[in-house]
Amino acid sequence: MAYTTSQPQPGGFLSRLGFGGAARKKPAAAAEEMKRVQFTSPVLPYLFLFPQLAVIFIFFYWPSVQALSSSFYIEDPFGFGSTFVGMSNYTDALFSAEYQSIALFTAAFTIIVTFLSLSIGLLLAVKADRIIKGSSTYKTLLIAVYAIAAPVSGLIGMMFFDQHIGPFVKMMSYLGWNMQVGLNYYDTAFAMIVVAVWKQIPYNFIFFLSGLQNVPVSVREAAMIDCRSGFRRFWTVVLPLLAPTAFFLLTINVTYSLFDTFGLIDVMVKDKPANNPITLVYKVYNDGFRGNDLGGSSAQSVILMIVVFVLTIFQFRYIERRVHYN
Amino acid sequence: MIKKLSMAAMAVAMSATSSLAATNITWWHGMGGRNGEVINEVSQKFNAAQTACALTPISKGTYEEALASGIAAFRSGEQPNILQVFDAGAATIINAKGATVAAEDLINNAGYKFDRNAFIEGVRYFYADPAGKFIGMPFNSSAPIMYINTQAFEKAGVAVPKTWEEFEAAAPKLKEAGYIAMTASQLTWQFTENFFSRQNIQFANNNNGYDSVVDTKMNLTDKNLVMMFEKLKAWSDAGYYRYYGAGWNDNQKPFEEGKVAMWIGSSGSFGGLQKTATMPFSADFLPYWKGIQGAGTNTFIGGAALFAMAGKPDAENKCVADFFQFLTSPEIQKFYHQATGYVAITEAAYELAKKEGYYEKQPVAEVGIKTLMLPSGEWSKGYRLGFYPQIRSVMEREYNKIFAGETTVQKAFETIEKEGNDLLARFAKTAG
Repeated sequence: MAYTTSQPQPGGFLSRLGFGGAARKKPAAAAEEMKRVQFTSPVLPYLFLFPQLAVIFIFFYWPSVQALSSSFYIEDPFGFGSTFVGMSNYTDALFSAEYQSIALFTAAFTIIVTFLSLSIGLLLAVKADRIIKGSSTYKTLLIAVYAIAAPVSGLIGMMFFDQHIGPFVKMMSYLGWNMQVGLNYYDTAFAMIVVAVWKQIPYNFIFFLSGLQNVPVSVREAAMIDCRSGFRRFWTVVLPLLAPTAFFLLTINVTYSLFDTFGLIDVMVKDKPANNPITLVYKVYNDGFRGNDLGGSSAQSVILMIVVFVLTIFQFRYIERRVHYN
Repeated sequence: MIKKLSMAAMAVAMSATSSLAATNITWWHGMGGRNGEVINEVSQKFNAAQTACALTPISKGTYEEALASGIAAFRSGEQPNILQVFDAGAATIINAKGATVAAEDLINNAGYKFDRNAFIEGVRYFYADPAGKFIGMPFNSSAPIMYINTQAFEKAGVAVPKTWEEFEAAAPKLKEAGYIAMTASQLTWQFTENFFSRQNIQFANNNNGYDSVVDTKMNLTDKNLVMMFEKLKAWSDAGYYRYYGAGWNDNQKPFEEGKVAMWIGSSGSFGGLQKTATMPFSADFLPYWKGIQGAGTNTFIGGAALFAMAGKPDAENKCVADFFQFLTSPEIQKFYHQATGYVAITEAAYELAKKEGYYEKQPVAEVGIKTLMLPSGEWSKGYRLGFYPQIRSVMEREYNKIFAGETTVQKAFETIEKEGNDLLARFAKTAG
């Protein structure tokens, strides 16, 4: 694919070796010439960009603008009548005790699921990395869970925690815990977190494992000479080298807990949330698609968009600074 | 999903072959499993019975998904001819004037004579306007009924209760015999909406919401309703009643396993229960409070109705009218009633099934119809309340809290009434 080059490094490197822009015609600079090709028409680059831009416009900007505009109205779902209500969809949501408790649960859920799935994923990756015999069996077994679709994992989780037939519930009843998923808020929350974490561990495992295998053997050996404590070596040498992977996974896991757990929650609450915990995304769906309250649901989705926006800025400004890409 | 797609494809292929000159009409519904198959069979029967119209049924998932798809399609001008809308969504579609053509007008315009009195009592008002004109065509209709584990009652040596007073007296004996006396599957429907119908108490002002959306308020702190739930809570504490959460099946399952003496479910559960119940069972009316003046009236229909969407050419509307006419014919009603367990909605279909001796073989199948045919009262016709699916969600949340001991019955109903009335006020603005 032809593209303009403005990459300083190879250019600088080549010119230092004597292949300047002027040397373009020399046969030895054939590769360089390839990179220097310009678009013949100024329209062409936009033409190449068009499919991507169209996708972003149709699937992101357009719906966002629609959501933003309908969030200021209370609207008949069929589109016959609507009342302009200013910010009241936002204030109704933000000041409702129910919305606040859902937001609180969403935050707690996101933090717990992200923390647990990252740390367990890392632990398993470190352990699997050290194994020499039968390592591929372990790895396959650990990764296999990732192939399960979210609703299916929700279904498995639901059966595991079912009030009547759930093996986990039966096990816990011997220990005196009368677990009632679907009736008791905390029991349902517990079950949701377990299933959400279980589903996400393999993903983190794969990335951490490949990250660990990218740590050069020479570095590890040098560290081995300097320090005897395995934990300290991991903490001071390996972990910093894993930081780019960990940062990437942090972003992915936060998004996962916020959004991708939707199917799982839907299955686990059997589309009747009652007093069971749900996340903000599920609330948007519940009000918009089941309750047909388009205005209220739009306002909630705009709030969610702002939250994600702020979270992304925070992650890239304050956490990524501490990450060193080598 | 694949099954759904292939079924839709099959239906399309079928209609394509049978309809060279025929007018094509589509029907979006929210039924799955056996009930979805029966819809395809009904459509095939219609297509085979005449040549002018070709009907294609398409499953859109659940009730809620069907309504959401119908709304989205209407807004982009791609609406189907017929949309199935469930009971809680009735206010949404009926208040959107211009979204539908009233079933009664449609049928009269097509040259048929629409007869409201052909329908059984409990079916007539729920999908009709305040004057009684049918907006939606009742389709799959069910009533809350009480299923009975006959062995449990024999073992305990008590009679099946007709009233809650009798239940209260029988419950300790049922418990002694080793049974949970009662479970119930959808408290919002059976013990709230139909509580008002069965005891003939006003549910909301503005004629239970039928007359207007403006300033409609619910009567959820009614002392009788609060009493009912205080009793339920007391029964739950005493071990007579067990609440397994808002999920339908969680409450049905212990009954199927024979652990429960009576289960309040839907007349439409009958078909499934025949396969899953591990013990002999029968059924009877939903009990009522004898102590409440005027109680014992009929319940209104649950389930769903078919709505003819607006904005379609006359030829297609004529076909929809033909289909509605076909659907309410006694033979088809009887077929649908027997294939699914939903009640027959016309007197003629009921008489036909009775004449054949169907209810002698299947007495349980008659209980739903008989419930709907009980004498009606001023407030037994049901309700018309906007954003009702969300109001139900609020109820489900608070009911869970009641049985988890996190709130009192009085407080729970105050919360539901407040949040519910706020939702109704919001809904009134959608019409603005």
